[in-house]
Amino acid sequence: MEQTYFEDVEEGSSLPTVRKDPTSQQLVKYAGASGDFYQIHYDVGFAKNNGLPDIILHGALKNAFLGQLMTDYAGHEGTLKKLSVQYRAMDIPGTPVFAKGTVKKKYVKDGENFVECEIWLENHEGKSTTPGYGIVTLPNK
Amino acid sequence: MEYLSINGRDEVSESVITKEMKDAIGVESDPVVYQIEEGAILRFAEAIGDTNPIFNDKNEASKTKYGGIVAPPTFLRSIAHVKAPEPKVQVKSPYPANVDGGSEWEYFEPIKVGDTITATSYLADINERKGGKFGSMLIMVRETKYINQHGTVAALQRTTGISYQPPE
Repeated sequence: MEQTYFEDVEEGSSLPTVRKDPTSQQLVKYAGASGDFYQIHYDVGFAKNNGLPDIILHGALKNAFLGQLMTDYAGHEGTLKKLSVQYRAMDIPGTPVFAKGTVKKKYVKDGENFVECEIWLENHEGKSTTPGYGIVTLPNK
Repeated sequence: MEYLSINGRDEVSESVITKEMKDAIGVESDPVVYQIEEGAILRFAEAIGDTNPIFNDKNEASKTKYGGIVAPPTFLRSIAHVKAPEPKVQVKSPYPANVDGGSEWEYFEPIKVGDTITATSYLADINERKGGKFGSMLIMVRETKYINQHGTVAALQRTTGISYQPPE
């Protein structure tokens, strides 16, 4: 895993995008691993009876995808400090989603190098379904 | 209000937020204690499809500052599904439908294999919205505090739960 250093970060630059290809199988795995067995995430009939177009991704799974965006960016020497997401629209399995971000601000505080990022999950039509922000600290070179 | 885009203006009408609901704010649950197991972290990392060695590979993770496998950022959400910290005062929304509005995490210490984590939660805030695009809504923010075996707050999680009356 390549390490990002504080000196190399530019405000306005993009974070490396994380592509995910969620499937119905992944939703079942996530249900098992997380203990969230709400049927709208794996039972199509149940989801449709609840007015949904299909089974939908767990909000917390989307949160995990955006977590990966930030921990990939922080690298093994950096540290994730804050992660905030809002579920604004549904995502369904079978199409890719993209965790993306841009650097909003970098600063040094109490001897630590902070980088604040605007982040979001985008569906295959380019629409942001899950906006948020993440804050990491990064090492010096 | 930034959880959902609301077009309508608030109507002046009776609040569904009762005194009991307000009194529940800040009342801490009994603590629940969790053991952080390696298998649970590995399964979680596999389920979310995150191949980062610090979440998956004992040998590689031992070479990092963590000294071993640590939990992915949202892992703590899953441990509480087995047995969640139960609120001492149950707040019952009058609305039938529920959605997860979002989560905010603050991290202070890594969660490592073998850690003992004590979680407590409390209702942090309660708000309502009338006559918006999604009908009337009750918005509840619950905060969960995760403390490790050293007595250090390792993480804070704030989740926003929205219950609503679907528009006719």
